[in-house]
Amino acid sequence: MFGTLSRSSKLTLLALLVLAILPPIFIWTGNSFYVDLATRLVILAIAAVSLNLILGYGGMISFGHAAYLGIGAYAVGIPAHHELYGGFEAIASFGGFTHIFLAVGISALFALITGAICLRTKGVYFIMITMAFAQMLYYLLVSLDEYGADDGLVIDARSEFPLINLDNSLQLYFVCLASLAAAMLIVRTVVHSRFGMVLQGAKGNEERMTSLGYNVYAYRLVAYVISGAMCGFAGALLGNFTTFISPEMMAWSRSGELMFMVILGGVATTLGPLLGSAAFIIIEEAFSSYTIYWHLPFGLMLMAVVLYTNGGIMGMKFKWRSPSAEKGTQENGTK
Amino acid sequence: MDTSLLIIQTLNGIQLGLLLFLVASGLTLIFGILDFVNLAHGSLYMVGAFFCATLTFALGSFPLAVLIALPLTGLVGYGVERFVARKLYAKDHLQHVLGTFGLILVFDTLTHMIWGPQGISIPLPAWLDTQVTLMKDVVFPTYRLLIIVSGLVCAAGLYWLVNHTRLGMLIRAGASNRTMVSALGIDIKTLFALVFAIGAMLAGLAGMLIAPITEAKIGMGNEVIITAFVVIIVGGIGSVKGAFIAAILIGLIDTLGRSFLDDVFKLFMSSSAAETSAPAISAMLIYLLMALILAFRPQGLFPPMVR
Repeated sequence: MFGTLSRSSKLTLLALLVLAILPPIFIWTGNSFYVDLATRLVILAIAAVSLNLILGYGGMISFGHAAYLGIGAYAVGIPAHHELYGGFEAIASFGGFTHIFLAVGISALFALITGAICLRTKGVYFIMITMAFAQMLYYLLVSLDEYGADDGLVIDARSEFPLINLDNSLQLYFVCLASLAAAMLIVRTVVHSRFGMVLQGAKGNEERMTSLGYNVYAYRLVAYVISGAMCGFAGALLGNFTTFISPEMMAWSRSGELMFMVILGGVATTLGPLLGSAAFIIIEEAFSSYTIYWHLPFGLMLMAVVLYTNGGIMGMKFKWRSPSAEKGTQENGTK
Repeated sequence: MDTSLLIIQTLNGIQLGLLLFLVASGLTLIFGILDFVNLAHGSLYMVGAFFCATLTFALGSFPLAVLIALPLTGLVGYGVERFVARKLYAKDHLQHVLGTFGLILVFDTLTHMIWGPQGISIPLPAWLDTQVTLMKDVVFPTYRLLIIVSGLVCAAGLYWLVNHTRLGMLIRAGASNRTMVSALGIDIKTLFALVFAIGAMLAGLAGMLIAPITEAKIGMGNEVIITAFVVIIVGGIGSVKGAFIAAILIGLIDTLGRSFLDDVFKLFMSSSAAETSAPAISAMLIYLLMALILAFRPQGLFPPMVR
């Protein structure tokens, strides 16, 4: 069975396997702190995978992706808040499926509306507008006193699912890990489909795709919505993990960190976003345990990555790339 | 809604708009000429405020502190150009964004290390800490009036510099054709560094002017930079004229929205509904304006001719 898989798929499976084996070991050896760390890593990796779909494969540089993490987390917190304290009967619930539905649905809707406007613009405009829309959401939540405004909101109860108890940290972890595997599979499938080929073609040469008769705008918008919905799902997991939500989750520095993960890991690769988020978590943990000024080495590293590397971890360490990325570069090369 | 409050809030809106213009003009100049996205422009706004705070306490005079802090901020801007930005010009916008995001973290943390986590409030000299009566019932702080005047002077100065001096001619020429300008024997690297330093001084000045009102604090630049981005998107990236008009527009809409939107809403909804929805909507007002303008004019209101 493994004979037919490419080398990158094997490595991805290996990485997921390591992630599946390590946390139970952490629990048995009494290091439950590392399970929390791994959960955060996996959730951020889902967000990075979703960003990679539009940034890496689609060439759409979204600087507002943390907004969807926030939407997802608030979609868990707000219904739980109303269930407990009354009001807003329509959405008040502890039910996990309601939360997921709201998280994914509202994220998709927000992506559809803002994407329809953002995608009319190009280049720097696109970067700044995605950032501005995320900031709009940030200020909206800062101004809502009902949901804690600036101070945020404690989620009193996690989402309820049949058979699964998210209060158990190991169960929560495996839900997140399964979601990550699903997210990677979805993005991989999308990228290798005809749809994904058009998307990558438009990144390489928009005029050519347009003259071939493809409605590039529509393709990009669909990818943008898929990516937003996926990140909203990650946000719902994040809300369940932290049991605390605040507007700070969607501050633009969070979006910047997500971009950093995708780029450090290597854009337009399957494994890249996971490697990037692992690197981010390790950097954050390692530096912040030494000094409260950990943003200084982090910032310097960011600049070093931009100035001195090309293609991130995946580009530095390994000479291969995923088949689609390779095909993409060849196509670009012949134009 | 009474008239004197409306006049005062309009003046406040213009004052906010002019401060935004000082930040946005540098941003739009740097983008227009260097095709460089500088997220860290807000850090220069912060650095200016902190320099000014320290110097005010050292010298005991706020105006003197501003005069000395200005060239210092310009020097920091020059350093940013020389050691970071210059290496990024050849890369794409994504790299600019990430690299300057890293720069923001460095600036914020260094400020934290040097000045500590607390904000510093700057005392105003007695002659500025007064109020003027502009009309009957219209009393306005002298200092805010000073901000308006200095903002207008800077805008006029910038207009003169760009349109009527040799340096401005080179800047405009560099924006439309970089290679040709350097082929004519102009030292384009120095020119770019100079533009960067001018932008830094403008942003720094805005930080210094606002500091006595809000105080100099870490992260102050990160708030203003997003609004400055909205300003240059609405105005058309690269256009100083567009930045000026958009800055005033956004300053007015933001200020007036925050103070009068609930009154407007009360005209057609219950007062309790108006009081809950107005703050939420007014927080989003400038972004909604941006979305609206972009839906019709993706290039902004005054896109520059050359690009």
